[in-house]
Amino acid sequence: MADILGAEVDEEGFLVNLGDWTEEIAVEMAKGDEIELSEEHWDVINFLRGYFEEYQIAPAVRVLTKAIGKQFGKEKGNSKYLYSLFPYGPGKQGCRFAGLPKPTGCI
Amino acid sequence: MATKKFMYLNRKASYGTVYAIESLEVVLIAAAFEQDVSLAFIDDGVYQIVEGQNTDGIGMKNFSKTFHALGDYDINKLYVSAESLEERGLTADDLMPLVYEDEDDDWEEKPSVKVVSNAELSKIMSDQDVCLSF
Amino acid sequence: MLHTVNKSSFERNSLQSCLNAIDDTSVILLIEDGVISAANNANSSMLSDLAAQGRVYALQGDVDARGISSKIADNIKLVDYAGFVDLVVEHGTAVSWV
Repeated sequence: MADILGAEVDEEGFLVNLGDWTEEIAVEMAKGDEIELSEEHWDVINFLRGYFEEYQIAPAVRVLTKAIGKQFGKEKGNSKYLYSLFPYGPGKQGCRFAGLPKPTGCI
Repeated sequence: MATKKFMYLNRKASYGTVYAIESLEVVLIAAAFEQDVSLAFIDDGVYQIVEGQNTDGIGMKNFSKTFHALGDYDINKLYVSAESLEERGLTADDLMPLVYEDEDDDWEEKPSVKVVSNAELSKIMSDQDVCLSF
Repeated sequence: MLHTVNKSSFERNSLQSCLNAIDDTSVILLIEDGVISAANNANSSMLSDLAAQGRVYALQGDVDARGISSKIADNIKLVDYAGFVDLVVEHGTAVSWV
């Protein structure tokens, strides 16, 4: 099994144990995708973690964009903005950095 | 794409079998297709949305929390059989206060759960294009 | 509507739940272990009332497989798979009580 900073990840790079997550792991995962995490990235990552804590699922992209717009301003509530942060998809890549499982229904 | 009416029929309690969580996952996936979705809870299915579930002692995910997200997915028609509640000594007050924000009414928060008689439920069912049982 | 029931009423409440939710125009098709509810002793009065109105069917293959073809209650109509398909076509939305 592969690992990131000692935390086990699956074949797609998602954490196996959600409890293993640390900010350092997120930074390391991003580095692997050649992304340097900005404050905007962290806003989304922390939002995803909060959403998962509350609802036990990762939000669908449609739900995520709406919620981000509501919380961080209309100009950020669109998939173009979110994809600019997470080119591999705010759901898939964002959730991976946030230490969450792959979103339900995400292929 | 023409909208069809989909009803998900839930008849089992949450943790003893996989039916409940499977149903919920299918509902969430199907939500992406923007159809008219409703959920029905009858028999032990009513236990799926009972307030105060705590799964710490059984090492399983407490997916009752996920029902609170359904409003975000535009799923806001949850019908609960009054007879099934009564048989189990439950009332509407024992259920989670699930809500959605009504887009057409200044995003006012409204209840998603509606307790209906079996006769009403039968009418709602016959109005569906597709009924999926779990 | 077409309601299919695939569990014995001795084992599960699927048939009863179906009967609770059925409207005046729907029909019931008993399949798999559901056909056990079509046998004389398993018959509920509500099911026989519906059968008397010609609204209860049982799948022949499942009845035969369980050796209960001589015990099927009055007025329950036996259908083969082609008959099953006809019922689906005729009655539109199908609900399965599992």
